[in-house]
Amino acid sequence: MSLTGPPRPERETNGKRPRRRLFAARAGLLQEEGTKAAVIAVVSTIVFFGAAAALVATSPNWPAVRDQFFNPDNFRASAPDVVKGFWLNLKLFFWAMLVIPVVALAVAVMRSLRGPAFFPLRLLAVLFVDVFRGIPLILLILLLGFGVPALDISGVPRGVTFWGLTALTLSYSAYTAEIYRSGIDAVPESQRSSARALGLTQWQSLRFAILPQAVRNVVPALMNTVVSLQKDVALISILGIRDAVREAQIYTSRTFNYTSYVVATLLFLAISIPLTRFVDWYTARDRALRSQSQV
Amino acid sequence: MQFKTVLALMLAVTLVTAACSGDDGGGDGDAASCDPLPTKTEGVLTAATGEPVFPPWMGVGDDNFDVPESQTGFESALVYEIAAELGLSADQVQWVRTGFDEAIAPGEKDYDFNIQQYSITAERDEVVDFSDGYYGVEQAIIGSTDSPAASAGSIDELKGLRLGAAIGSTSLDYIDSVIEPDSDAQVYDDNAGAKAAFDAGQVDGIVFDLPTAYYITAVEITDASIIGVLPRVGDEPEQLGMLFEDGSPLVPCINEALATLRSNGTIEALEDEWLNQAGGVPTLSS
Repeated sequence: MSLTGPPRPERETNGKRPRRRLFAARAGLLQEEGTKAAVIAVVSTIVFFGAAAALVATSPNWPAVRDQFFNPDNFRASAPDVVKGFWLNLKLFFWAMLVIPVVALAVAVMRSLRGPAFFPLRLLAVLFVDVFRGIPLILLILLLGFGVPALDISGVPRGVTFWGLTALTLSYSAYTAEIYRSGIDAVPESQRSSARALGLTQWQSLRFAILPQAVRNVVPALMNTVVSLQKDVALISILGIRDAVREAQIYTSRTFNYTSYVVATLLFLAISIPLTRFVDWYTARDRALRSQSQV
Repeated sequence: MQFKTVLALMLAVTLVTAACSGDDGGGDGDAASCDPLPTKTEGVLTAATGEPVFPPWMGVGDDNFDVPESQTGFESALVYEIAAELGLSADQVQWVRTGFDEAIAPGEKDYDFNIQQYSITAERDEVVDFSDGYYGVEQAIIGSTDSPAASAGSIDELKGLRLGAAIGSTSLDYIDSVIEPDSDAQVYDDNAGAKAAFDAGQVDGIVFDLPTAYYITAVEITDASIIGVLPRVGDEPEQLGMLFEDGSPLVPCINEALATLRSNGTIEALEDEWLNQAGGVPTLSS
């Protein structure tokens, strides 16, 4: 939980130094007064959440809200359908996770190619990112999900799941490609030059020198996208697919009771919180490993 | 089959509720409490409805789409008739728009009632108040004329089809609990979504309330037709009611107006004008 992690050699520019020292000094203060700080933290937490809970519980409409949002009977009644829908969310998430990294990396690599001969590929990559990142995801889902099948082209699948996933993949690939590209751009030019000087071809230097460093640089940003994707899968429900959110809506519209939304919320949290913790852990470990290797 | 029993029970309770809701409607049921009219804003009847609203319920005609103020469409016209019955002019009727969830959320509302084809059910009645029923609605299935759905003569023949309905509609309940299709029904945000899926060939049939089905097959999806009216679950058709916040003092006043409009034939005239179409549609066997 330390703010600074293991001590690092001061390699930053002069401009950044005072800030880092300030953090270091604060962290030191907390460590020295460990017990006292812990007591204060516990007390302030209890006071803060206690006050928040009291505010909610004493609000005039709380009994009605409690019955409509946190009703145990409705919880039990709606859970089976919502869980069934959530299983669909997980399946869609799984497929998207398989395809998106591949498409995104291909686009990012296309955009990073040098030389006039590759201009068409670069242009294609730029267009891909501009278009699919520029369209709101929900519009893309509607356009592909309802629009393409309506064209009635033989051989083209009509399934809503297929087109919903395609829309999700295109949009997220565009974002992810830009993350990869920022990673590729962040690798110092000297790495490329050195690789070429050693006699590697453009492809080889990309494959063995640039990409390994680039991908490692952007893992935290990529994982952030994964968490976001896990939730955005629910947008496909607009095409009529009965995922967790849609099943919860159906229950609510039938009974006028919102507890099913709470069920869906808990399910999403059950995935996204562990995922977020894992990302934090992975990022911290990666940083620790790197700072060791830099000494 | 248990579902059927539950649904039938629900309907039975609903009808009883609807039949005697004159005295369960939240207020005292005292005629005197309607003078002055207990509206949110004095002298103004604030009606809420969905966004958008669909014909034939509200806004019929190209220029009137999504315009409840146009007094076209059954529900829009009905609201103005009720207002007149309560002694208010058309200018004293104001409209606000709400989403479905917003309308049923707990808490005080800034409008007097919400009208957008809410079916009265006992479950819903625990959370909100309903007016007496103003229309008994039947469900119908539409399909393209050359689809496998077109030749269906009974509910059983619908089981193998890909069906769709809009969320919040009892059409969906009907599919889930009565038709029980082999593959789960697709569920759309509104009628527009269901139509888009139909055009995209993603569903074989959509279940709508009968007036909507008439309108859609006549005006919007002309290559589709009504395959049949779906058999009722109970003896009486399901009732649509206006939605009030729990305990609203306005409920008895509206019910009184509805009773007058029904007995003097106004409601029937409105049904004939906006909802009923010539031509018989077969009822499927259950």
